[in-house]
Amino acid sequence: MSLEILGITVLWTFLYGYLIVASIDFGAGFFSFYCKVKKEDHLVNSIIERYLSPVWEVTNVFLVFFFVGLIGFFPSTAYYYGTALLVPGSIALVLLSLRGSFYAFAHYGVRNSMLYTGVYGLTGLFIPASLATVLTISEGGFIRETNGLVEFLSDQLLKSPYAWSVVILAIVSILFISASFLTYYADKAKDRKSTVIFHKYAIMWSLPTIFASMLVFFAIYQHNPEHFQNMLDISWLFLLSLASFLVALALLLKKKHYGWAFVMVMLQFAFAFYGYGISHLPYLLYPYITISDSINSPVMGKALVTGFIVGLCLLIPSLYLLMKMFLFDVKYVQGKEKAVQR
Amino acid sequence: MENVMYARILTSLTLGFHIIFAVLGVGIPVLISIAEWLGIRKKDPRYTQMAKRWSKGFTVTVAVGVVTGTCIGLQLSLLWPSFMKTAGEAIALPLFLETFAFFFEAIFLGVYLYTWNRFKNPYLHWAFSIPVIIGSTASAFFIMTVNAFMNAPQGFSLENGSIVAIEPLQAMFNAATPSKAGHMIFSSYATSAFVLAALAAYKLLRGNATAYYKKALQLTLSLALIFSLGTALWGDIAGKYLAKHQPEKLAAAEWHFETKGEAELIFGGVLDEETHEIKYALRLPYALSVLATNTLDGEVKGLNEVPEDLRPPLFIHYLFDGMVAIGGYMIIVPVWYFVRKKWLKKEASPWELMFIIGGAPLAMLAIELGWIFTEIGRQPWILVGYMKTTHAVTSATNVGEMLALFSLLYLFLAVVSTSILLRIYKQPVVMDKVYPSVTGGESR
Repeated sequence: MSLEILGITVLWTFLYGYLIVASIDFGAGFFSFYCKVKKEDHLVNSIIERYLSPVWEVTNVFLVFFFVGLIGFFPSTAYYYGTALLVPGSIALVLLSLRGSFYAFAHYGVRNSMLYTGVYGLTGLFIPASLATVLTISEGGFIRETNGLVEFLSDQLLKSPYAWSVVILAIVSILFISASFLTYYADKAKDRKSTVIFHKYAIMWSLPTIFASMLVFFAIYQHNPEHFQNMLDISWLFLLSLASFLVALALLLKKKHYGWAFVMVMLQFAFAFYGYGISHLPYLLYPYITISDSINSPVMGKALVTGFIVGLCLLIPSLYLLMKMFLFDVKYVQGKEKAVQR
Repeated sequence: MENVMYARILTSLTLGFHIIFAVLGVGIPVLISIAEWLGIRKKDPRYTQMAKRWSKGFTVTVAVGVVTGTCIGLQLSLLWPSFMKTAGEAIALPLFLETFAFFFEAIFLGVYLYTWNRFKNPYLHWAFSIPVIIGSTASAFFIMTVNAFMNAPQGFSLENGSIVAIEPLQAMFNAATPSKAGHMIFSSYATSAFVLAALAAYKLLRGNATAYYKKALQLTLSLALIFSLGTALWGDIAGKYLAKHQPEKLAAAEWHFETKGEAELIFGGVLDEETHEIKYALRLPYALSVLATNTLDGEVKGLNEVPEDLRPPLFIHYLFDGMVAIGGYMIIVPVWYFVRKKWLKKEASPWELMFIIGGAPLAMLAIELGWIFTEIGRQPWILVGYMKTTHAVTSATNVGEMLALFSLLYLFLAVVSTSILLRIYKQPVVMDKVYPSVTGGESR
């Protein structure tokens, strides 16, 4: 495997990891806000909190890892995206900061205010929308380079149907991913009432994810036919994604095996996400950056890969430990764990 | 030109705000860990309480540290895209490793904070503090290697404007790395110890003279002393590094114009920039030669040998002196406390307590001064000898608006986090029953 393929695969995998854990987090924030508006919050909040408390910081790291790794493996991305994303990137940063710090602040009583829950819930929708815009920009047409000067065409972006279809897909997806995970988590905690609520949300947001995906397909066809053609070449990945979705939906409708249902949802997104990524290659930014001309020197690449392997040897056992303690420990999940005296 | 100024202000604002929380994030885990260990070892629940109370506040500071750290991580690319492209080519390794260290820390911090009393053997819980310390200190180390690289770039060569012959490890372990990393890590530990000492001192000053606060004061001050001594010692190493590799920075910091041996160290004073005449300064004979070379007659390069357009601004002299003076204060105050306590058998007097309380903001100020000194002292370069700051800045407009946006964000974060930390601080120390978990208990 060449260095550039290895690099982008690692990065894409971390971005996928972020997609899943952050979706759970963002969606959970929104649901907790929504339930508060509907005055059902007492039912679901304990479930949401018990899961999120130990892991929120870890969620953030996936994102940091992705962009630091991107600059390491493909330094030119810093130049193009850095210049283009000043405003949208800054806005996303402010939202992420508000959300991240509010989460910790919330433990000391701020949570009961409507304003707080509102900010927390709505940033959960705006952040993925603004982050997804980066993927939109990568399709080309929104960055122009003239005489070495990189310029971001924000008007084009705001007028682009493709950009909006991606935003819709992002929002719908996080709600679906989050609801299907929380259904599983609440079920595991034997919290009947919460399970019913989250199950309802999961069903509600299931079909819209497929419609939104179709919309994006259509919009890509309009916006970047070359990419669309590449997608058709590996259409089996997208069909597998659809198949995973159907299995997940069937399990959800049958109200059993919520754990497997969530695994299928993860697969649904994995197939679609990797399918999108593979067909996007070799471009990192149409038409300016490809993985082969922006890849860092082999020496640095080798150093990064070595560092990555050493890092993984530390991370995987630690992540396993974290999951074992908070995700798969039935006593903790049910809130019976003595340590969690709340 | 305007863009450069705004971008520099925004970067310094983010760093200046982030560093407060980063310093606590690196230092406080060490203190928490030591306190918890003492609590188990001495079977004294007071130390355990210290560890618990500190970790409670720590969750708040660490949250702000994480989000502002994410900000600076991305802002570097947003504001200095050309620099980050070069940095990506030459110094990507430690940046990448830092995310691993941070990841590692985040995971174990989660485990540590949410597993008090979960294990039968208390040492097991304590053991989870070790990876947190390793993760946070390693983060500091990796980030410092990048900053060191900006000061002493090496491990690559430049051919026709592109970077070739890259040696990642050489770039990472450059000449500035040992002095910078060591000085920063020790000063983080020392500052954190002083901040926690001030919290105990304030309660004692208000008449809350319980054994808990007395023990907290003694523990934090003894650590503050050790770490402050380490900081000073490493400051000396940093001085020698500057003399050898960045003489213009040392010369500007010391208002040292003529290259000569037996150089005197100038403290404070007023400079006439035309005549280079210095008034009202305290002059320590030979001290600069000693700082720079460890000998009384060592030659120290003067600023006159540096072309005028490559000289750092001369006001950094005050930043440097301020940092050094506070460093001295951070040693004298704990020494005074221990001398009185050990030999005169006296508890801390109100005056002493006030000096200890003052040590916390002063220590933070010294951190800021040191950072501003090292950043301004590197000017006009962003990458010494290779890239000037003016050439690295983004060509995007709207930097001014982003500056306003982030100023509001930091102001907001400062107000909210302060009020929450105060709330935590005001909660009484509960010793006899099991303390609520560090997450607080709002709904149950």
